[in-house]
Amino acid sequence: MEELRAFLQEQAEGDLVSWRHQVAAADRFELSLAEVETAILEAGLLPARYQRNRRMISTQQQLQLFGSKVAVVGCGGLGGYILEQLARLGVGHIVAIDPDIFEENNLNRQLLSSLANLGRPKAELAAERIAEINPAVTLRPVKGAFTKSNGGELFAGADCVVDAVDNVTARLELEEVCGELNIPLVHGAIAGWYGHVATVYPGDNTLRKIYRHWSGGKGVEQQLGNPSFTPAMAASLEVGEVCKVLLGQGALLRNRKLSFNLLDMEVDEVPL
Amino acid sequence: MQVTIKLFATFREGRFAVDKREYTQGTKVGLIVDELDIPREQLGIVMVNSRHVDLDHKLQDGDTLALFPLVGGG
Repeated sequence: MEELRAFLQEQAEGDLVSWRHQVAAADRFELSLAEVETAILEAGLLPARYQRNRRMISTQQQLQLFGSKVAVVGCGGLGGYILEQLARLGVGHIVAIDPDIFEENNLNRQLLSSLANLGRPKAELAAERIAEINPAVTLRPVKGAFTKSNGGELFAGADCVVDAVDNVTARLELEEVCGELNIPLVHGAIAGWYGHVATVYPGDNTLRKIYRHWSGGKGVEQQLGNPSFTPAMAASLEVGEVCKVLLGQGALLRNRKLSFNLLDMEVDEVPL
Repeated sequence: MQVTIKLFATFREGRFAVDKREYTQGTKVGLIVDELDIPREQLGIVMVNSRHVDLDHKLQDGDTLALFPLVGGG
């Protein structure tokens, strides 16, 4: 692959390789865009799309993100924004899981929904969207629900799982399965103006603590619904946590949850 | 005895954000939840002085009770 490396070095402006040259390299050397992206990063070069990342994410760390795998459970309100941000961040392998199709009542908040997409599977739209943004990212769409029995297969090789589901039962099962598989779980939940986020490592049992008074059924989101901005807020906080989990950087939201109230503009840290 | 009650998110609607109230010694958390007309199935986090408690926890003078609704949407 010396030839590929020489080609990339030759095309690079400074250490930046443009998308056009990444595509040209893939054609010329009969490689996938993902293989070329790995080669670019391994050569200490940077795909030009990431140049605004670089003050906070080094080329070495960008390679680490590209080699990472994240499973996103749910492609709705939270999931749409999470998938978008993971792909733009440069996480190389994403599993997008959702059994549902888009309906009209999703249009007020779910990033992957559009008039043209009504009736189509959410996971399928996730794949199309990510292919438009960053074709170097490998996205596996799963048109089905996460269950305790398929978790092992869905999360195989994952470095992190992201909770973007819409019910407490699935969340508690996610915590259990991720605990067994020894995978960190980033949790987020929303209702109306309100939401919270927490990061759970195996054995923390954070969600069992958050939902210790749960007696079945939905939370207050059932009365409140969800607007456009609350999922985006919770999703962004979740992806910030995923980025830190993958890079082993910063202070994680472990054994505590960050609750936000966008109506009164208050943020509370709750110890868990 | 005096207990400071802090309500969060939807629990504030038609109630208050923070209030200090008088109760008889040993009043249980569940009684205050019921008195505030908060449906128990809507309860998320329940804390006394930043420690998680159950509804049969007995309050002491000077305690701060914090109640968050259950949030589970996505």
